[in-house]
Amino acid sequence: MPTARELVRRKPVLVSGHRMCSGCGAAMTLRQVLLSSPYPVVIACATGCVEVSTSIFPETAWNASWIHSAFENTAATISGVEAAYRALKRKGKIEREIKFIAIAGDGGTYDIGLQALSGALERWHDFVFVCYDNGAYMNTGIQRSGATPRGAYTTTTPAGKVIPGKVHPRKDLTAIAVAHNIPYVAQANAAYWRDLTTKAEKAITTEGPAVLVIYSDCNLGHGHEPSEAIDISRLATETCFWPLYEVVEGKYRLTYRPKEKLPVRLWLERQARFRHLFEPQNEHIIDEIQREVDKAWERLLWLCGESKGESSEGVDKGA
Amino acid sequence: MGSTKVGGNFIRGQIKGLIGDDAVAEAMRQINPDVVAAYPITPQTLIVEKFAEFVSDGLVDTEMIHVESEHSAMSACIGAAAAGARAMTSTASQGLALMWEMLYIASSLRLPIVMAVTNRALNSNLNIHCDHADTMGARDSGWIQLYSENAQEVYDNTIQAVRIAETIYLPVMVCFDGFVVSHSLEPVEVLPDEAVREFIGEFKPLYSLLDVDNPITVGPVDLPPFYMEHKRSQWEAVNRAPAVVIDVGMEFYRRFGRAYGLVESYELKDAELALVAIGSAAGTVKAAIDVARSKGIKAGLLKIRMYRPFPWATIRKLLEGMKAIGVMDRALSSNGEGGPLFTDIKAALYESEKRPKVINYIYGLGGRDITITQILNILKQLEAVASGEAVEPVQWVGLRTKAGVTFS
Repeated sequence: MPTARELVRRKPVLVSGHRMCSGCGAAMTLRQVLLSSPYPVVIACATGCVEVSTSIFPETAWNASWIHSAFENTAATISGVEAAYRALKRKGKIEREIKFIAIAGDGGTYDIGLQALSGALERWHDFVFVCYDNGAYMNTGIQRSGATPRGAYTTTTPAGKVIPGKVHPRKDLTAIAVAHNIPYVAQANAAYWRDLTTKAEKAITTEGPAVLVIYSDCNLGHGHEPSEAIDISRLATETCFWPLYEVVEGKYRLTYRPKEKLPVRLWLERQARFRHLFEPQNEHIIDEIQREVDKAWERLLWLCGESKGESSEGVDKGA
Repeated sequence: MGSTKVGGNFIRGQIKGLIGDDAVAEAMRQINPDVVAAYPITPQTLIVEKFAEFVSDGLVDTEMIHVESEHSAMSACIGAAAAGARAMTSTASQGLALMWEMLYIASSLRLPIVMAVTNRALNSNLNIHCDHADTMGARDSGWIQLYSENAQEVYDNTIQAVRIAETIYLPVMVCFDGFVVSHSLEPVEVLPDEAVREFIGEFKPLYSLLDVDNPITVGPVDLPPFYMEHKRSQWEAVNRAPAVVIDVGMEFYRRFGRAYGLVESYELKDAELALVAIGSAAGTVKAAIDVARSKGIKAGLLKIRMYRPFPWATIRKLLEGMKAIGVMDRALSSNGEGGPLFTDIKAALYESEKRPKVINYIYGLGGRDITITQILNILKQLEAVASGEAVEPVQWVGLRTKAGVTFS
């Protein structure tokens, strides 16, 4: 694995001058992921924050070939690019080793992009699907997505007098990706750069499809100062809301274990999107979120072979 | 013009019995595209199946992507073509409707994708049979649209479409009637593989995503300062298409002896009554015209081969001398009047001093057959129109009414 010094000396793929916000988690995420590739990459990007802020004609922030066509079809678009590569390589028209990366936010992955993603994984294209997950449609002004956590305020799940934010928990995209029995799936977090870049390099050099689901802070959508991005991202993992693990050929491995599992409220209380949960009538939702986090964490430990015993509460042995 | 054989020193192929779908698959085998991404849908399925056989038997070098939807089929073709590959697909009806978003992206990115479309009615209600609602709905998507009367034309158009698309960097739709052509066995002259490959040549893309030393950004955000200029250049390319379609048709004729233009005229030179048709119905109209001519009725046919862009000037020149014109539409439009071809033909005649009477005949929706008798009855009505009788401008052919089936 390259050192941090080596990584930053590599030629960047996503260069400065883009219009992403200061403190943007997606920008940090993608910089790390793309620096991790030992090979030249070709990128397909979904409609979203990253797309609109990096490609405003006549400028581009991309130092690698990059295509955007629409929102829901990133995995299908990269399928075509990768198939073209295989065909032209077979015909001897191209010799270079090139890697293929699809980039989408959680909307373009969990929701509208899920069908194309599932198809591309099942067809075993050799590519990495990178989801920068900031838990809502941030580009269009913070609308809820299938990745929005329970209780969060978004502009389409406002904290009202009757309904306190998003009612149901998020879906587990990482598990959905794992269910395709692909060689590599990992959950990562831009605040843990060593963990993230190691996983990105593994994903990129793995033959066959790989998926990276990466916690990406959004200070506008989550409601905090830009300077707090890394601290709050770290709390997502230290509270076990966003555990770091990988699934290699179906085998789960925890890649980071917090020294002390912190209460989830420490992560919630730093973000304005959860502020209403701290009102007395909503406190029970925090308890529910804590129970969900605990249950998912226990299950993950069991999957990773790290649980204390098979009788652990909440462990689903059928997984 | 038209797919009539003329003598000469042409490269000859082999006559095979093929259904329309197999004619497309056969052309695709010879074209040997780098990438085919397709999703099966009736009545196009046989193309996908046949081509998959070619892939499995190693008769082509193609990477075939068995996508999970038509939306992904066109998305994958877009990715492949942007990566410098020759990319093809095919679909029908609902599949084309699902692709709608991507059709505009393919043409706006100026990607030379070729797609065969077996024309089929659109839901609702569910109907798997032929009409032109699907491709008519895509008529302003920036694609060149070629329509085919029979399996031979489907085959010839598929081959020519590759040359046309790669010359002008616009995608081409090769349209043909579902079941009527897609599933009917006809004699088709299949050209020698080498002759086809020589005709289409090697695809040398202007840009490729895979040229990693010269990275490109494709499909960026394009705001008010530049969007309009990009649309202008796309519009100019579309307007250059007729010349390219004519050139490629001429070249095809010189090599293989079957001539193709923008339209085909049949017995039109001295005609007083003209019918305008698209697709397989043109064959039935030709048979009806032979009958009419034998009775002394001066009738002719204008068959539209290239519907988009619409060959305005050619059509005006050929139709402006008629006494009455019947425009046959196998699709509806919500334009508040008649079918899409009807309003286009009328617009084409607007610049003419003469402006003959034009009646619209809606026929064949959802696969309803049209007969020679019905066409002769249409001509009878057009004779009356020519002599000054007023009739409703939009007529429905073969429609069940209380008074019986119209025009039968």
